[in-house]
Amino acid sequence: MTENNVIVVRNLSKVYGGKIKAVNKISFFIKRGEIFGFLGPNGAGKTTTIKMLTTLIAPTSGDARILGYSIKGDSSMVRASIGVVPQEFTADEDLTGFDNALLIADLYGIPRAIAKKRISDLMELVELNGAMNRKVSTYSGGMRRRLELAIGLVNHPKILFLDEPTLGLDVQTRAAVWRYIQKLKKDYNMTLFMTTHYLEEADSLCDRIAIIDRGRIIRIGSPNKLKAGIGGDIVSLSVNNDHEDLTDMLRKINGVVEVKRVGKDYRIKVKLAETLAPKLITAISAKGYQVTKLSMTKPTLDEAYLEYTGRSLREEETSTGDVMSQRRTLRLSRS
Amino acid sequence: MKNSRKENFVKSTVRPFLRSLWSLTNRDLKKWYLAPVILIISLIQPVVWLGLFGKAFNFGSLFTGSAFNIPGLNLPQSVINTIGNTMLMNTFGTTSYFSFLAIGMLAFIVLFTSMFSGMSVVWDRRFGFLDKLLTTPVSRGSIVMGKILNSVIRALVQAGVVLIIAILLGMSLSYLSAGGIAITFGALFLLAFGMSSLFVLLALKSTDWQTVTAIANLLNLPLLFTSNAFFPIAAMPSWLQVIANVNPVSYAIDIGRSSMLGVASSMSITFEFAYLGAFAVVMAAISIVLSWKLLKG
Repeated sequence: MTENNVIVVRNLSKVYGGKIKAVNKISFFIKRGEIFGFLGPNGAGKTTTIKMLTTLIAPTSGDARILGYSIKGDSSMVRASIGVVPQEFTADEDLTGFDNALLIADLYGIPRAIAKKRISDLMELVELNGAMNRKVSTYSGGMRRRLELAIGLVNHPKILFLDEPTLGLDVQTRAAVWRYIQKLKKDYNMTLFMTTHYLEEADSLCDRIAIIDRGRIIRIGSPNKLKAGIGGDIVSLSVNNDHEDLTDMLRKINGVVEVKRVGKDYRIKVKLAETLAPKLITAISAKGYQVTKLSMTKPTLDEAYLEYTGRSLREEETSTGDVMSQRRTLRLSRS
Repeated sequence: MKNSRKENFVKSTVRPFLRSLWSLTNRDLKKWYLAPVILIISLIQPVVWLGLFGKAFNFGSLFTGSAFNIPGLNLPQSVINTIGNTMLMNTFGTTSYFSFLAIGMLAFIVLFTSMFSGMSVVWDRRFGFLDKLLTTPVSRGSIVMGKILNSVIRALVQAGVVLIIAILLGMSLSYLSAGGIAITFGALFLLAFGMSSLFVLLALKSTDWQTVTAIANLLNLPLLFTSNAFFPIAAMPSWLQVIANVNPVSYAIDIGRSSMLGVASSMSITFEFAYLGAFAVVMAAISIVLSWKLLKG
């Protein structure tokens, strides 16, 4: 393990009931200061993985090292050095936001005076300082999520785990949570591991993404790399001529992958649209024709994701407890 | 050298344990003492039991007062009362059935308050709070101990309220002393500790509060009826005596009656305390050991 890999996962598996492979021999590493996203459909194994890495459940086989500590052997060292923001709203409804954070700080053994100062700072970070002395039962969904984030940071973790951090939130709160996440990375060089099934979230936040489906990691890479992996950009253009076929001429241009012609419209798959489009126009002009319309499309992560995970809908196997807790999270998020 | 190691152990293990234990206990207690409605309701319950049940279930009136005479014999009232009191004394060890029952009620309230320790484990699991706790370095034992301690404290406070009400409603004071009360509450502490551990233990793996409530109810009433709470063991059929004699509830009540009412007991108080202590320690140990295994996803 090199110094810079703060999380190293090797052949990690979780099998339920002897046959359901929730997580199937996954291996990956996460670098210091990276925002690493776990992207996948519901039931793909995201939460199971995060639960194993945060020592909530024991792996069936394989191991992972967090800052050098094994999740199997040194679980209490792992717990002390990480922060966790679970998918559910875990704060105690009957206590104030501040008391909730103080309770968790006590469990980390943080001295009271330091804890109080730190909690005020964190509440300011998540813009809850006005509401922190109110009972959590009076909080809106966005406030609850922000409180969870503040509580997850109370031990000043080196690595923060976020399980679906923006599930069910409104646009404003989602933008705020993204802002905090970026701030944590930038100001504290914190490493963040997050799961999500929102593609735009993974695309705009994560340095690298692992696409996971049916317990296996299908692709790992930067969002751009994953998008590039499915082929490239599309340049669509129209020419003021429909009797000469320009397909062969266009195909010979360096960087063009594929050309399809429908009358005077061409659909051209290229490696990089920004640099190829001028070349295409020049080549067409040299033939004496004019480009009358032009548009460029970048592949979205959505397309990459569907390409990798397939388009079939999932029949999920899940327990009633999980369903209930997810419903509760969604219901509270919208309040 | 040896001393500094001991100091380190205190610093690194004992102090964090006690601190997190108290924080967790206090969190649960706050829900109780910061919510006046819940506090009042939980204090009203024993009033209802003692005031209504205790006063309505008036065995004494069967044997004494003007309710009873034998036709043709025309016994004087004083003789009837003497006979009645002797019968009461022989059966219950005291002439005041209300006092006899009041001590039973102390154990009853302890039993029913302990039941909620299990419920609150289930709620914490349900709402993800337990998962959140498990991601912190807190020892699994202190999570369980916090639950137990919370319900022990509640149970003893409630028992204190029952005792005050019992005294106000006419419990016999002729034998009552501070020492007797202390001994009784010592026994109730052990009973509460053991019972809370038992109910926490039953709830450790469950995510369904209905099952836990059902099991708790299934256990509570038999535990109460097979004890000496309402009736002395000696007057029970022999098969029931066997059960009553292993039931820890009987032991706590027996200690209470002998130390607060002066009721003669067939067992030594030391043995009874040892029995209750063993019950508490064994139950707590099992629930802590199981918590290491079961408090996982």
